[in-house]
Amino acid sequence: MYQIDNLVKDLVKQHGRAREALMPILQGVVAQHNYLTDEAMVEVAKELDLSAAEVYGTASFYTFLDTEPRGKYVIRVCKTITCAMKGKNEIIEVLQEMLRINVGETTLNDKFTILETNCIGWCHKAPAILINDTPYTDLTREKLVKIIKEYMHQ
Amino acid sequence: MDMLSFNINGKLLTVGKGKTILEAALENSIYIPNLCHHPDLVPSGNCRMCIVEIEGRRGQIISCTTPVEEGMVVRTDSQEISHVRQTTLELIHANHTQDCTNCSSNSACELQKVTAYVGVNEERLGRLRRTRQHYNIDDSNPFFSLDHNKCIMCGICIRTCDEVQGVNALDYGFRGFNTVVSTFGDKPIKESVCESCGECVVRCPVGALTFKETRQPTFEVKTVCAYCGVGCNIYLGVRGNKIVSSRGDRDSIVNKGRLCVKGRFGYEFVNHEDRLKVPLIKKNGTFVESTWEEAFSIIVEKFSAVESKQFAAFTSAKMTNEDNYVIQKFTRAVMGTNNIDHCARLCHAPTVSGLVQSLGSGAMTNSIDEFTNAKTIFSIGSNTTAAHPIIGLHIKEAKRKGAKIIVANPKEIDLCRFADVFMQQYPGTDVVLLMGMMKVIIDEHLQDEEFIKTRTEGYDEFLDSLTDFDLDTTEKITGVPKGKIIEAARLYATNTPSSLVYAMGITQHSHGTDNVLAVSNLALLTGSVGKESSGINPLRGQNNVQGACDMGGLPDVYPGYQKVTKPWAKEKFEEHWGVKLDPEEGLTHTEIFDEIEKGNIKALYQVGENPILSEADSNHVKRALANLDFFVVQDIFMTETAKYADIVLPAASFAEKDGTFTNTERRVQRVRKAVIPEGETKDDWWIASEIARRMGAKGFDYESPNDIMDEINRVVPIYGGITFERIEDEGLQWPCPTTNHPGTKFLHGEKFTRPNGLGKLFPLTYKASIELPDSEYPLLLTTDRSLYHYHTSTMTRKVKGLEILDGEEFLKVNPEDAQQMEISDGEYVTVRSRRGDVRVKIKITRIVPKGIASLTFHFHETPTNELTICAIDPVAKIPETKVCSIRVEKMET
Ligand code: SF4
Ligand code: SF4
Ligand code: SF4
Ligand code: FES
Repeated sequence: MYQIDNLVKDLVKQHGRAREALMPILQGVVAQHNYLTDEAMVEVAKELDLSAAEVYGTASFYTFLDTEPRGKYVIRVCKTITCAMKGKNEIIEVLQEMLRINVGETTLNDKFTILETNCIGWCHKAPAILINDTPYTDLTREKLVKIIKEYMHQ
Repeated sequence: MDMLSFNINGKLLTVGKGKTILEAALENSIYIPNLCHHPDLVPSGNCRMCIVEIEGRRGQIISCTTPVEEGMVVRTDSQEISHVRQTTLELIHANHTQDCTNCSSNSACELQKVTAYVGVNEERLGRLRRTRQHYNIDDSNPFFSLDHNKCIMCGICIRTCDEVQGVNALDYGFRGFNTVVSTFGDKPIKESVCESCGECVVRCPVGALTFKETRQPTFEVKTVCAYCGVGCNIYLGVRGNKIVSSRGDRDSIVNKGRLCVKGRFGYEFVNHEDRLKVPLIKKNGTFVESTWEEAFSIIVEKFSAVESKQFAAFTSAKMTNEDNYVIQKFTRAVMGTNNIDHCARLCHAPTVSGLVQSLGSGAMTNSIDEFTNAKTIFSIGSNTTAAHPIIGLHIKEAKRKGAKIIVANPKEIDLCRFADVFMQQYPGTDVVLLMGMMKVIIDEHLQDEEFIKTRTEGYDEFLDSLTDFDLDTTEKITGVPKGKIIEAARLYATNTPSSLVYAMGITQHSHGTDNVLAVSNLALLTGSVGKESSGINPLRGQNNVQGACDMGGLPDVYPGYQKVTKPWAKEKFEEHWGVKLDPEEGLTHTEIFDEIEKGNIKALYQVGENPILSEADSNHVKRALANLDFFVVQDIFMTETAKYADIVLPAASFAEKDGTFTNTERRVQRVRKAVIPEGETKDDWWIASEIARRMGAKGFDYESPNDIMDEINRVVPIYGGITFERIEDEGLQWPCPTTNHPGTKFLHGEKFTRPNGLGKLFPLTYKASIELPDSEYPLLLTTDRSLYHYHTSTMTRKVKGLEILDGEEFLKVNPEDAQQMEISDGEYVTVRSRRGDVRVKIKITRIVPKGIASLTFHFHETPTNELTICAIDPVAKIPETKVCSIRVEKMET
């Protein structure tokens, strides 16, 4: 709880207290913490003199500002039409097999979360996924297994 | 006001400058369909229903956000407009439950109204509806539900909670098709910061937010809320002799239609099954139901047998002025003693004793309505939003209009969210804090020399005493950083008009009178009193505590603050009442209990009070009560204190009687009978008069409260011109000496009411609280209030919904203290002081600072006042309920 306090305070120092600072601060919290805890949002609201409901309204608007517990590596599988046609289902199968969780779940060791997402702009290299901020494209079963294994060992 | 002319649908209209097209049209009975417009709120222009065409402008214009301009030519309908409206409306219907006949808003629904006007294409709609989602209804709040399936996303609730209530419990959550009105974390409303005021429900244009009570009243009666000193005007709705609704009076200058949770939903107690319905007489230790005849005959016999000095009465700040007048008259004229007091002793006695010395009169100097025009509002020792919710709204409104807010409170109360400066002083150090601020004002030459010279006295002695309060000392004693003290002092002194608000945090101390004098010093020094929107405003707690004081429910004054020790006053009342009166001051609340315990007072007549929960060191009260020879309690419920009585008399509640209450701004307002009294309950004034008559007294032949008010008009100069006819629509503020006097908006405009007309500055010194934490009792306990309860909760805990929202006591402690004591949130502990102990659950919160804990006194299961100390202020005789020391013990498991 106190850790989050300090994180928020640092971010406020960096971005200021204006309404426009809300997004970068929330992104900053997610970057450090993977998701927005209630405490973090309340703290941000207090610092920026906004209501907690407004901060939540903003956070829930953006898929990338998670308000639920997430693993260290959030894998977002593009579900939009091009990726869907070029093998998104297989990508999901591989991930579920390797990590033993379903879409929307987080591994017990809090390391991975699998989510689906709308278009991430890599249609020309479909199928594509994002792991945190890094895109991986032109995926095949083998390529994906290799990528995930690397993450598992990190 | 500047006026503008414009043309709408070929009609020429003239309207005030600044009006929007929609407002101008609606005012002139020209309907433009609208869904997101509400007259109380800033227009948001999101429903797109109110579009119009304006000559010379392209396309459709949103009329609710467009101000009228001179010469504008507006058309509210055309083929094009109706086409666009219809499509927009169909999109709303596509996501809306089509279930009007089952909806409690049926026929009072804006969507129905707009649809009837605009029309929809059923076929298109059918296709659109296929993707509709279903949401669960949020019925977590005991008083209202939110059905997302009926929500039209107008945002009125969100804006109401922000603009009217300042709570911001709601906002839009999620995105696009999934957008809903959401609380923080999309949690049920009950678990959010919502204060259950119901303002959003009142304004929701459709059936999305609806009250759970669906019975419609057959008639409504205008009266005054009985839950706090604000005195909001309400309409009680009645169906079959039951109260089924309460709504704010939008024309009232006090609340402008707004209500808090207690005023809107707290009426259930009136028809509660536990109401006392017949007189009860204790026989062999148990109460048996009896008759008025039997009860009166015993009372008359016993009261006739005691000597004057052996009798005392407690009157009540919850009753009407007329009730209070008769009960004090009974005590003085029939029983022959001035031993009469009431709970004002426990709340604002220092206000009376302090402000009478410094200004000449102990009441709020300004009107509630004036807060919104203040430039600086300084709230000290008042949890305004919880204890005086509607005054809290006035303060928030002032803030919206640009006022600066200063809060000084040992706890981080809700109002701090709106504060420009928040000073968290250590409890009991208010004199130091205020004198420290005054030192800054003098050092920086910010005082109002002219005002000091022409309107005050005592300046030099005061200045001398100020030298002790340099900033270092002030910071050290109060714990408030110097910078904040300087900032607050500068703001208050220069950003005028400044208004000061205080309550129990100032008064409930063994140096309460000094605190009040410090407050008045500050205002006198800066000339911030006796002006519009600028003054000293003690917020009175109970609905009619102002009136109970005005009516002489005090041991030292007759009605209208006429001193019992002044021969002219005594003679005046002797003449009016036709009896000889006691020339000596009577005993105060706290002293009465001491004398009972000593056996000097043998009979007590107590009306509408519950001292076992409300009096400091309540074990002392219990010992005293057990020592009485004869104890009569008159109340609406069997209270913890009434259990000690010999006779309990059933009284009518506020909704069952006529009369007047005087609110905290001195406004005498009409209370009206809405329902026929339960069982054999009677008006308090009638009961006291009946006892008096049966004891052979003259002058108690009142037939109605109006008769009593007539007598009050004659003997109380400040109420001289306040008649029932004159206050039919709107209350009058005293002083109002004659029937053509308009009443007094703010006090001390020309001169102060002290005999020489000057305000007085007082030299002060710091006196520490009597019992401070030590190694044995290391925590400081202070007391506070909950928004959901009133006093000892005799009424509010009879309201199911309030009990659901706030059903038990918590000891609030700081996380660091909790960690040190190894206690966790929700854990049961024993709290012990030198006087008693209570069992209570822990709530860990940063609202209280380290070293301080706090409790309310609303719950009989946790009688907080068994812990508090009865150290009293030497002048005002108020006990120090704000500071004592405790320790927390873990429970054995
Ligand atoms: S709940 Fe009612 S007031 Fe709130 S957005 Fe929906 S329809 Fe409008
Ligand atoms: S009931 Fe009052 S506090 Fe609660 S959401 Fe509605 S407006 Fe806000
Ligand atoms: S603010 Fe006071 S008077 Fe107004 S509704 Fe609430 S309790 Fe009643
Ligand atoms: S009323 Fe104007 S946009 Fe809704």
